[in-house]
Amino acid sequence: MNPYNYLYLAGLLFTIGAIGVVVRRNAIVIFMCVELMLNAANLAFVTFSRINGTLDGQVTAFFTMVVAACEVVVGLAIIVAIYRSRRSASVDDASLLKR
Amino acid sequence: MATSTSIVYLIALPLFGAAALLLGGRRTNKWGHLLATSMSAGSFVVGLYQLSLMLDRATEDRAITQKLFTWISVGDFNVDASLLLDQLSICFVLLISGVGTLIHIYSISYMAEDPDRRRFFAYLNLFIAAMLLLVLGDSYLNLYVGWEGVGLASYLLIGFWNKKPAYATASKKAFVMNRVGDMGLSLAIMIAFATLGTTTFAGVSEHAHHASEAAMTAIGIMLLIAAVGKSAQFPLQAWLGDAMAGPTPVSALIHAATMVTAGVYLIVRSNFVFDAAPTAQLLVVIVGAITLLLGAFIGTAKDDIKKALAASTMSQIGYMILGAGLGPAGYAFAIMHLLTHGFFKAGMFLGAGSVMHGMNDEVDMRKFGGLRKFMPITFVTFGLGYLAILGVPPFAGFYSKDLIIETAFDSGGLQGPLLGTITLIGAAITAFYMTRVMILTFTSKARWDEDTHPHESPILMWLPMVILAIGSVSTGYLFTRGDSLENWLSPVFGEHGGHSKEHLIPPLVVSALALLSVSIGVSIAIIKYQRNEIDRIAPANVSIFTRLARRDFGQDAINETLFMRPGQVLTDVLVKSDDKVIDGAVRGIGRMAIGSGAVLRKSQSGFARSYAAFILIGAILMIAGIWVVTQ
Amino acid sequence: MVIQTPEAVMFWVLAPVAVLAALGMLLVKKAVHSALLLAWVMITLAIFYIAQDAVFLGIVQIVVYTGAVMMLFLFILMLVGVDSSDSLTETIRGLRPIAITAAIGFGGLLTSLIGRATVGRQPVGLEIANVDGNVQGIAGLLFSKYVWPFEIVSALLITAALGAMVLAHHQRTVARPTQRESAIARFRSGSLASAAGLPGPGVYARHNAVDVPALLPDGTPAPTSISATLKARGDMLESSQFQLDVVDTTVVEEK
Repeated sequence: MNPYNYLYLAGLLFTIGAIGVVVRRNAIVIFMCVELMLNAANLAFVTFSRINGTLDGQVTAFFTMVVAACEVVVGLAIIVAIYRSRRSASVDDASLLKR
Repeated sequence: MATSTSIVYLIALPLFGAAALLLGGRRTNKWGHLLATSMSAGSFVVGLYQLSLMLDRATEDRAITQKLFTWISVGDFNVDASLLLDQLSICFVLLISGVGTLIHIYSISYMAEDPDRRRFFAYLNLFIAAMLLLVLGDSYLNLYVGWEGVGLASYLLIGFWNKKPAYATASKKAFVMNRVGDMGLSLAIMIAFATLGTTTFAGVSEHAHHASEAAMTAIGIMLLIAAVGKSAQFPLQAWLGDAMAGPTPVSALIHAATMVTAGVYLIVRSNFVFDAAPTAQLLVVIVGAITLLLGAFIGTAKDDIKKALAASTMSQIGYMILGAGLGPAGYAFAIMHLLTHGFFKAGMFLGAGSVMHGMNDEVDMRKFGGLRKFMPITFVTFGLGYLAILGVPPFAGFYSKDLIIETAFDSGGLQGPLLGTITLIGAAITAFYMTRVMILTFTSKARWDEDTHPHESPILMWLPMVILAIGSVSTGYLFTRGDSLENWLSPVFGEHGGHSKEHLIPPLVVSALALLSVSIGVSIAIIKYQRNEIDRIAPANVSIFTRLARRDFGQDAINETLFMRPGQVLTDVLVKSDDKVIDGAVRGIGRMAIGSGAVLRKSQSGFARSYAAFILIGAILMIAGIWVVTQ
Repeated sequence: MVIQTPEAVMFWVLAPVAVLAALGMLLVKKAVHSALLLAWVMITLAIFYIAQDAVFLGIVQIVVYTGAVMMLFLFILMLVGVDSSDSLTETIRGLRPIAITAAIGFGGLLTSLIGRATVGRQPVGLEIANVDGNVQGIAGLLFSKYVWPFEIVSALLITAALGAMVLAHHQRTVARPTQRESAIARFRSGSLASAAGLPGPGVYARHNAVDVPALLPDGTPAPTSISATLKARGDMLESSQFQLDVVDTTVVEEK
């Protein structure tokens, strides 16, 4: 066993998250999938940190977490605003910009 | 060269008059004509004052300039709007403002009934200002401004009664044909600037010797085209006959005495160009000779008194152009004939106007006749002009025309006798058609319409005619006494001035020949018209020559087939190609954008998830790129 | 460095579970279940962090992510999306095959790249970097080398908080209806039947509970007596079993 397996796991989780973003329609679930992708990236950073023997990767993962928190806050606020005006959390309903 | 600050008043006064009348509108209706006349007269007085100043100075100091303002300043290229008053300009200034003032006075009475008299006087003043600018400009560019200004005034005045479509068309025709000549002038200016780097008369004159003959020939030919357009010379002569649509005072001032002679002024002023370009000079002579005969022939067939006089003007300017083309020997005589012609032709036009005034605006000479008793003053003044144009001594035309004929004979080689003969024939035909005009109008039996009551014109009309008649009688003698005009003008023409004193045929013989041809012409006319009855309607069974002459030798038809039809075809082709090719390309681009937009729009479904799928595909492509690059 | 057997065992046990949970997140219908599965994946990741000498991050992962962020998700779900159980049928034609093909290609390429990048590279390990302790090591980097990003990220966080407030703020544009007005509106709108108010749940029912519909005087169940949220979640008991005639017969027999 070597730490590279963590990288394969991260890649797998990231791909699953990407599929989720495309196929799910509930905005909140899409958001969770985005969080999954961010977490996969964080796992990769932590593994890189271990492979390279420096803590920079962990610091980067820390920043990613902060940014993800910001994103969640703003994104959920947007979902709430949309839901309030459209009574729906489906991203397909908010498609009026097409013409 | 000395400078002056008072030349500008020559132009400023009539310009002010025009501006006041045009901007003042109806408020100036009551006194507008008086203001315009006084402005023109004021210009004449300033001219006389300048002449007296000029006479006081020594010969070499007579030319003076006035810089008005810097007009164009681009790098090394500077054009000042400045005026040049020399011996040549002062002649024109006095002719323009003097004859112009007389015609203003005449028009007060002639146009008294016209509701638009104020506008008419405004245009007249505008014309005087523009024409003075033309002759006072010190560079081709300044001249060009005046050149276009007189063209505009001419257009406005020919079409003054533009409620008649034919008159409006005539003014448009004059304007368009003048544009052809104007293009020549602007090209000449451009060539002069490109090759010599300057457009002032002094500058071009200075560089004329160093420049290549080809360049000078090009400038000369372009100047000739300009002169041909403005002076109604062959092949751009067609507009002058139609220009008679304008009020008669306009015909007298613009289309007889001043504007149409601007071409002669241009050639004489550009003497340094033509002296350096013999080919262009030869072309000038040829154009003059052709027009001289052509105008005379047309004059024999016209029944409209104004058109007959217009043809005569054309022919007489042909004389002037011929004289100007003969080089240093002929410049002074061309100007002299121009000045005398300005007097007698203006006088005759005013006479024609007076006749029309008495005959209910009838212009057909076949409906005149016997007016001698009813219009004695008109008859006498017209008759004096008639004697002058014929060249009967001691009237003005005798001196000026005789000198041109003499110079033509003296021009050397084979050219001399040929040109001399042409001028003699021209003199004979002139005598014929002018006699015909006299007989048909004044001496033959009356053939009036029933309700006409011919009467002499009021004093405001006949007084100018009398003054002009005095000029027709005396100017020739004054100008030639001790070669006064020739000596006066010689500084303008540089060191070449003065004509040779060696003659091919002695002057007396030339005069005798000229008088002989004149008497032949007069006799034929008397035999043909005085003895026989004259039809009130122009006979149809006439020779092909007469028919051709009546139709101005098909000049309109030629213009139409040579220029108008191909022009229309070209326009049609251009319009179609613009529509199909250029607009087609533009619309095609539009359609392409619409089409590709319609295709691409399908990708813009508005669904965030499909956009996310595109992002995913983009990410795959990027990773694939990295995969390939790092391999 | 050498990876100890316990860590290998932990990895091979937890990693498949995490992948299965992630896949489950995609496949379950209810958003709440997705959230719980995601929380599980996150806890797994936190364990992996700690196993990889990232103690600080592991704790933060649990406290911030699994705790705060996931709670926020659940809170919003409660607020807006309790009835948002997706139907998993795809409405945009051709999107699902494209997405899955693309994802497989993506994963394949990623795996191939990771394999290529790691061939012949020896991991260093964090024993030296963490010699003063993991928290101290991260703090040393964060407040020296990364102090500017740190400050900027804090500004970002404040901005995001403000942004969320602005976005979620609802400006009242009409005056709040008074009791009188809402009473008039109730009588004027819809049928008079609902004017007196909807029936409460569980009344006349065998089970006096909020998830049981009330029975109307004619013995039929009244679905309107159940909260719409419970109905949407599917937590309402089947109303037919409470119909009066069914109940009636049993009562008579007992007597």
